Amino acid sequence: MLVADRVIAIAIMALSAYFMWHATALPIGWNGVTGGPGGGAFPFWLSLVMLLSAAGVLLRSLMQAPSSQHFFDSQMLRSVIAVVVALFVTIALIPVVGAYVAIPLFIFWYIRIYGGHAWVLTTSLVIGTPVFLFFFFEVTLKILLPKGVTEPLFFPLYAMFF
Amino acid sequence: MDTLALLADGFATSLSPLNLMIVILGVTAGLFIGAMPGLGSVNGVAIVLPLTFIVPPSSAIILLCAIYYGAMYGGAISSILLGIPGASTAVATTFDGRPMAQQGKAGLALIAAAVASFIGGTISVVLFTLFAVPLADLALAFGPAEEFALVLMAFTTFVGLGGDDKLKTIIMICLGLVLSTVGLDLISGQPRLIFGDLPGFYSGISFLVLAIGVYGIGEILYTIESSRTAPQVTPAKITLNDLWSGIKTMNRMWRTMSLGSFLGFFVGMLPAAGATPAALMAYGMARSTSKDPKSFGKGNIEGVAAPETANNAASTGSLLPMLTLGIPGSPTTALLLGGMVMWGLMPGPMLFIEQPDFVWGLISSLYTANFAAVAINIALIPLFVWALRMPFTVLCALVMVLCIVGGFAPSQKMHDVWLIAGFGVAGYLLRKADYPLAPLVLALVLGPLMEKSFRQTLISEQGNVLAFVERPLSGTFIAIAALFFVLPLVKYLRKGGRRSIAPAE
Repeated sequence: MLVADRVIAIAIMALSAYFMWHATALPIGWNGVTGGPGGGAFPFWLSLVMLLSAAGVLLRSLMQAPSSQHFFDSQMLRSVIAVVVALFVTIALIPVVGAYVAIPLFIFWYIRIYGGHAWVLTTSLVIGTPVFLFFFFEVTLKILLPKGVTEPLFFPLYAMFF
Repeated sequence: MDTLALLADGFATSLSPLNLMIVILGVTAGLFIGAMPGLGSVNGVAIVLPLTFIVPPSSAIILLCAIYYGAMYGGAISSILLGIPGASTAVATTFDGRPMAQQGKAGLALIAAAVASFIGGTISVVLFTLFAVPLADLALAFGPAEEFALVLMAFTTFVGLGGDDKLKTIIMICLGLVLSTVGLDLISGQPRLIFGDLPGFYSGISFLVLAIGVYGIGEILYTIESSRTAPQVTPAKITLNDLWSGIKTMNRMWRTMSLGSFLGFFVGMLPAAGATPAALMAYGMARSTSKDPKSFGKGNIEGVAAPETANNAASTGSLLPMLTLGIPGSPTTALLLGGMVMWGLMPGPMLFIEQPDFVWGLISSLYTANFAAVAINIALIPLFVWALRMPFTVLCALVMVLCIVGGFAPSQKMHDVWLIAGFGVAGYLLRKADYPLAPLVLALVLGPLMEKSFRQTLISEQGNVLAFVERPLSGTFIAIAALFFVLPLVKYLRKGGRRSIAPAE
């Protein structure tokens, strides 16, 4: 727990420093002519406050006695990492093979492989979800989801609904 | 009388077939979302917001408010039937709701929760109606200096009154404000914090992206630990007789319920407090003023009624500053505010003048939402019992898909979907490390207003910083803000300099 606390505090400090570096692209000082701070001042000085507060958290945790509790228990960590990886793979696949392939794959993985549910439930969700998405987003809202290489397959559907 | 006439006009809007249907739909969706353990009003509003493009803007806001309301009612359902709060706002309901269910009185507890929610909702909506116009009139006198001071005050309440670690709270406020500056500088129009010229950052980071990430993906990751085991649902059957005896019992608790409503309403207005502390406070108050305090925690029906009135009243209370001042009183209302800005309905006093139809339509829809929620809640209890048996993995998978597609829909950029995934993982880790997420979301929503009002004031006052203190209203807000900031310091010094280290988890 304490180690995780420190790692997160250090990560926040690094992030703040990174923000400060980018913020200096615009003036961060006080501009006497127009009155008031420049465009970079707000992000710069707030990032500095963030940096100092995170340093405070870090210092405080260094003074604390180590506690026996763990931030993650290993089995839970494995499930969380599995879901996060599946999520990232799905998002990466969407522009390539299209939302209508990537999302059913994700559902199949989640319900059947990860969740271990029966085939009936899996199949109905794998088919039902994309059909709902198509009618809700594409037909009703006219928001086209990315289709990647599967785009030509949708031409007959477009012709039918638009 | 003027208010009554406006309210009557509002009912003409909210009782239109479309809006009535939307209220019923929203309340039902909200009840289910609220009943699901782990998902509360803020998750519901974040996930559903991108789907509301399907209706006109004013109806979309009514829909989101109805979901907010429904989720507040729904939270009690899993508190009672599962013993797991459906949302953090319903934590206090488990104290007596769960024992009641174990004694075979689940039906009575559910009725008590629904009726108490209705009373709390209704009393607070009446208070809302009375306070809205005077507060909006007061806010008309606000210039940029007052706006800045008010936002500052909203943030300092998190430091002074919030129960979370002070340093971590400050970090989250700053992070939210810094993220809100990504994109084009408001005054000079130059790009800033675009991280190596990534084109996706030119338009800034939408509050929706952060909200879906943190409250959608992050929340699901957080609840994954409980997703492996099927929850134990206590069966509940309700007959008309139960309903009648429930209402008769409730009739003896007017004092508790009205106290809970008033308390909830005023606590709910504070950005740092909100429904969860309001419910806990109402529970504590009901116990300490009861003739039989020992029966609390063992299935006393008053212990269900008190927190349920308070958390519903708090949700209405948090709408008041959002609508009249443009300062949200809770993370959920921060999302509503972001949604309204997205649809071109800028909350604040001018809304009451420019869009009275919308404002009063919304206020009157809160009345109809309360009636709809209590009726649907009681009528659908068997359905909730069934829905709570739904395996968690199914819920998680579907929410994840909705987050991906819902995150893509508003901007139609994959950039935003990646950001959502990133915020989801970051939000999950931060939450596990006890960083509060509410100030982060509030800061991202209020950041642009804060920076704009700060710099506008300084430009119009030729750089005179004292302008913030010299104006009476803004000076008062700054003084209160300073007080909230000093409060933890005073507590710290009183303890003789010994820092009270929160017990490490």
